[in-house]
Amino acid sequence: MSYIAKPKVSHPGMPKNKLGLTSRDYEGTVSTLCAGCGHDSVTAAIIQAVFELGIEPHMLAKMSGIGCSSKTPAYFVSQAHGFNSVHGRMPSVTTGANAANRDMKYIGVSGDGDSLSIGVGQFVHAIRRNLNMCYVIENNGVYGLTKGQFSASADIGSLPKKGLPNTQEPIDPASTALSLGATYIARSFSGDKEQLVPLLKGALMHRGFALVDIVSPCVTFNDHEGSTKSYAHTRQFYHHVADIDYIPPTEEIKASYDLGEAMPIKLHDGSTIILRKVDKEYDLTSRASAFKFLRERFNAGEITTGLLYLDESRVEMHELLGNVDTPLSQLPLEDLIPGAEELKKLQARYR
Amino acid sequence: MKPTDTSRPEYFHKVVDCQWGCPAHTDVPAYIRMIAQGDFSGAYMENRKSNVFPGILGRVCDRPCEPACRRGRVEDSPVAICRLKRVAADHRDDISGRLPRAPDSSNGKKVALIGAGCASLTVANDLAPLGYEVTIFEALQTTGGLMRTNIPQFRLPPKVLDEEIGYILDMNVDLKLNHPIESLRGLLEENFDAVFVGTGAPHGKNLEIPGRYDSDRIHIGIEWLESVAFGHIKEVGEKVLIIGVGNTAMDCCRTSLRIGAKAVKVMARKPREFFKASDWELEDAEEENIEILVNHSPKEFVIEDGKLVGMKFELMEYKIDENGGIDRGTVTGEKIILCDDVVLAIGQDNAFPWIERDIGIEFDDWDCPIVDDSTMMCGHDGVFFGGDSAFGPKNIIWAVEHGHQAAISIHRYCQGESIADRPPYGLNLASQKMGMHEWSFSNYYDDASRGLMPHVDLKERFKKIDIEVELGFTAEQAVQEVERCLNCDIQTAFSADLCIECDACIDVCPVKCLTITANGEEDELRTRLSAPAENHDQALYVSTELPHTGRVMIKDEDICVHCSLCAERCPTGAWDMQKSRILVPYAKDELPDDQVLPATGSGS
Ligand SMILES: Cc1cc2nc3c(=O)[nH]c(=O)nc-3n(C[C@H](O)[C@H](O)[C@H](O)COP(=O)(O)OP(=O)(O)OC[C@H]3O[C@@H](n4cnc5c(N)ncnc54)[C@H](O)[C@@H]3O)c2cc1C
Ligand SMILES: Cc1ncc(C[n+]2csc(CCOP(=O)(O)OP(=O)(O)O)c2C)c(N)n1
Ligand code: SF4
Ligand code: SF4
Ligand code: SF4
Ligand SMILES: [Mg+2]
Repeated sequence: MSYIAKPKVSHPGMPKNKLGLTSRDYEGTVSTLCAGCGHDSVTAAIIQAVFELGIEPHMLAKMSGIGCSSKTPAYFVSQAHGFNSVHGRMPSVTTGANAANRDMKYIGVSGDGDSLSIGVGQFVHAIRRNLNMCYVIENNGVYGLTKGQFSASADIGSLPKKGLPNTQEPIDPASTALSLGATYIARSFSGDKEQLVPLLKGALMHRGFALVDIVSPCVTFNDHEGSTKSYAHTRQFYHHVADIDYIPPTEEIKASYDLGEAMPIKLHDGSTIILRKVDKEYDLTSRASAFKFLRERFNAGEITTGLLYLDESRVEMHELLGNVDTPLSQLPLEDLIPGAEELKKLQARYR
Repeated sequence: MKPTDTSRPEYFHKVVDCQWGCPAHTDVPAYIRMIAQGDFSGAYMENRKSNVFPGILGRVCDRPCEPACRRGRVEDSPVAICRLKRVAADHRDDISGRLPRAPDSSNGKKVALIGAGCASLTVANDLAPLGYEVTIFEALQTTGGLMRTNIPQFRLPPKVLDEEIGYILDMNVDLKLNHPIESLRGLLEENFDAVFVGTGAPHGKNLEIPGRYDSDRIHIGIEWLESVAFGHIKEVGEKVLIIGVGNTAMDCCRTSLRIGAKAVKVMARKPREFFKASDWELEDAEEENIEILVNHSPKEFVIEDGKLVGMKFELMEYKIDENGGIDRGTVTGEKIILCDDVVLAIGQDNAFPWIERDIGIEFDDWDCPIVDDSTMMCGHDGVFFGGDSAFGPKNIIWAVEHGHQAAISIHRYCQGESIADRPPYGLNLASQKMGMHEWSFSNYYDDASRGLMPHVDLKERFKKIDIEVELGFTAEQAVQEVERCLNCDIQTAFSADLCIECDACIDVCPVKCLTITANGEEDELRTRLSAPAENHDQALYVSTELPHTGRVMIKDEDICVHCSLCAERCPTGAWDMQKSRILVPYAKDELPDDQVLPATGSGS
C-alpha cells in the first residue's frame, strides 16, 4: 500500500469515452494490497474495460466475498453499487441482486479460495442457472489474505514458500465451468492486459454466465521459484489459443481481419466479438473438443489462455424462469405482491 | 530505440525543465525546497551561485524557466519560479559570511571589464575570488547598466541593485566610473591579460518618417528612460504615444503615467499575438489603464506651428496563415491620433564606434562582433564579449550566463589552457528513500493554483516614481506556491534487471507515463504508449530488455508529476526516486579544490 492516495491530477490528453469520462473517473480508492500484486493489475484491466464500454457507474454492481481478491471492488468504480458478502457467498448474493434488477451489469470478483474451496457449491450453481454476470476469479493458487496456504487451484508439485509441495489434484475453474455448461469461458493473466481487457469487455457484454479465470500472482506468498502461479512461471508456460477484439454495436468492423484467421461472433446486444485463433489446433465449437484440448494442454504443463468457449444460443436465468422484462425492483408493489386472493387462485391451479 | 544512457548529465538535466530552460541553469527545485523548509538564506545562495542577482532577477527576470516548467503542461500555469526567487531574497538573513571573498594576494593576472552592467559584473564575481585583479571601466557615473538606467524603479528598487552589485564590488574590484573606453586599441596596449566587453546594445532604434526632427517632444525610449532615471527628465505631456509594443514600451508607458501623463496609448503595428512584450508586462500595463491599439502603422508626425500635435497612422489589415505566419498587411485607411509626446520603443542596436576595425575583430551587418558562442572570444585573442554586446539585446539572465562562460574562458586563457575545451557538466544521483513509503521530499501532488502577485493600490502607486508596485508573495502564498513544484529533479531511476513486469507501476501512475511494450522506432513507439506522447520535445526513457519477456520499460518524461507512486508500488525496488544534482562548471571549479576560497554554495 502507499501512504499517499493516487493524486487526482491526470494526463491532459486522456481519451474520453461516450459518456465523456476518462478512465480515471472509473477508479476507486487506493489499493491496500501488497505492491506488485497481480490483483491490482486486474483492477486496472477492469477499470479500462468498464471505461471503454462506457458503462454508467450507477448501472454497475460490484460483488465479492472474502480474500485479497474480494477486496478489490473497493479499488475500481467508486460510484458503482457494491456488496461484500461473507466468504464464498458472492454467487448467491449476486443471484438475489440480479433477480431484483436484471437491467444492471454485475461483476463478481472472487479468489481461488473464495470460489473453489468454501464457495465451490455456490460457484457451480450460479453457472447452472446461467446467471447473467461477469465472474472474475483472481487465481493465485493460495489463500493470500490468510498468509499463503495452498488453495484448491494449486498444481500438484507446486512449492510453497516454506514446507512441502502440494499433492492434491487442482480444480481448474475453466474446465469445471465448461463441464457445467457455462456460456462464456476465458482465461488470462494479470500481466497481459492486451489480452485481458477485451476478454473482460466480452464477458461484461455477454448475456449469461461469463467466467474470466485470471492467473494473478501473489507477490508475497506465491511468486518464488517452484511456484506454478508466479510471474516467471506463468510467462514461461503461457499459451495464447484465441484472443478477441470486442467491437461495440455502434462501431463498424474494420475490414483488416483476414477472415480465415478471424471469426466474428455477434452478441445479443448487437456488438461483435472477433475471435482471432492463435493456435490453429484449438477448436471451440464443441464443449467436448474444448475440454479435450484444455486437458491435453494442462497435462503438458501449459497455461491455455484466451477465449476458451462461447455459446450465445443459451438463455440466461430470467429467461429460463420466464420472468417479466421489467426489473422486479421497478414493478409496482401490487404487481409484485398481488395479495392473498391471487395466491389462492394460483394454488388452486395446482390442486 | 536504444536504451537511454542516464549517466550522461544531459538526460536528467533535461527532465528538470526549469533548470534546462534557465540560461544560467539555476537549480530551481533545490531552492524551492529550501524555501519550503524555511531556509531562505540557503535558497538565496543556491540562486546566487548560478544567477548571481537573485533579488534583481526575482523581480525582473525574463523567466524563460516558467514557460518551460512542467507544471504548466500538467495544468494551465507554471510554478511562480521568479516570485519564489524574490521570496528567498526578501526573507534571507545576513548572508555576508557566505559570500565568496577575494584572496589576500593577487594571482598576478589583470583583467579589464568594459561596462558595469550585469555581464561584466558576473565576470568580476567569478574571477575576483580566484585572485584576479579586476578593473571595471564604466562610462556613466553609476553601475548596473540598463538595470539601473532603463528598468524603472517601480519595478526594480535601486536599493536591491546597490546591495547585490555591492557584494561583487566588495571583492576588491577596481571600479572606474565616468571612464568611457574610447579606443579598444588603446586599452589593449595597457598591460591587461584579458579584456571583457560588456557594453550592451546602447543604441535605441530611430523612426525616420516625416516630421521626425521637427519637434523636441519625440524621444528615443532607452535614452528617455535613462534621463528619467537620472532625474534629467521630470515630466511629460498629458497625452503620450508609445511606438512599439515590446518590454521597453511597457516601461515607457508606465513611466509616463508617473511623471504627468494622463492618457497613454501604446501603438502596435500588428495584432496582439505578435506582441514582443511578455504577458505579465502587458498585464501590468493594462492594469494601469494603458490603452494598447493594434494594427496602427506610423506614417508621419503631425506638426502644427512647430509644435507636435499628433501622429498619423496607417490602419492595417493582415492575413494570418494556418501556421500563424503573418503577411505584410494592407492599408485600409489613415488616422491621426493627438498627443503631446511620442516615445519610440522599437528596439535596440549594437554600436561599437570605439572599437577600431583593424585590430582583428570582425563585425556582421548589424554591427555585432563575431563571437564564439561557447568561448565568448572574438577574433582577437584575449578579447571576450558577453551580454547584449555579444549577440544583440537579450536579457539579464543571458548576460549572466555569458559572464560565467567568459570567466571560465578568461581563467583558462590566463592559465595557458585551451579555451575550446569546456569543463564538463557532472551529475550526482542520490536515492531519496527514507522508509517503505517515505521520501525525503514532499511527493504529494498539491492541486493549488498559481499565486497572484499582490500589487500596491492603483491610487497609491503613482504618487511617486519609485514606489515598487509588486509587494512580493505573502508568507501564506509562498508556503502554497512551493508545494506546486513537482520536484522534477527527483528522478525516476529504473533498474531493468529487477523488474518482474507486474505492471504495478504502470497501473498506479496517475498521469500514465509508463508502458511496458516491445521496443520499436521512436515515432512508432510514441503511438502505442499508455497515454498520448505527442510532445516530441520531451524524451522517452527506454530501458534495456526486461528479463522475463525481453520487452522494454518506456517512460514518457513529458508530464511525470514525480509523485513516487511507481517506486512505492514496485515490489522489487526496480524504480527508485533519486535526486539529481547537475554539477554546472564555473571558473572556480577549474582550480584544485584546496585553492577554492569559501564556498559560494549552500553546503551542497
Ligand atoms: C527598457 C528596458 C527594460 C528591460 N527590462 C528587462 C527586464 O525586465 N528583465 C530582463 O532580464 N532584461 C530587461 N532588459 C534587458 C536588459 O536590461 C539587458 O539585456 C541587460 O542589461 C544587458 O546587460 P549588459 O551587461 O550586457 O549591458 P548593459 O546593461 O547595457 O550595460 C552596459 C554598460 O556598459 C556601459 N558602457 C557602454 N559603452 C561603454 C564604453 N565604451 N566604455 C565604458 N562603459 C561603457 C554602459 O554605460 C552600461 O553601464 C530591459 C532592457 C530595456 C532597454
Ligand atoms: C467463513 C470464513 N472462513 C474462513 C475465512 C478465512 N479466510 C479469509 S480469506 C480466505 C481465503 C481467501 O483466498 P482467496 O479467495 O484465494 O483470496 P486471495 O486472498 O488469495 O486473493 C480465508 C480462508 C473467512 N474469512 N471466513
Ligand atoms: S515543477 Fe518545479 S522542478 Fe518542475 S519544471 Fe516547474 S519549477 Fe522546475
Ligand atoms: S513518479 Fe512515477 S508514478 Fe508518479 S507520475 Fe512519475 S512515473 Fe508516474
Ligand atoms: S512495479 Fe516494479 S517490478 Fe512491477 S512492472 Fe513496475 S518496475 Fe517492474
Ligand atoms: Mg487466492
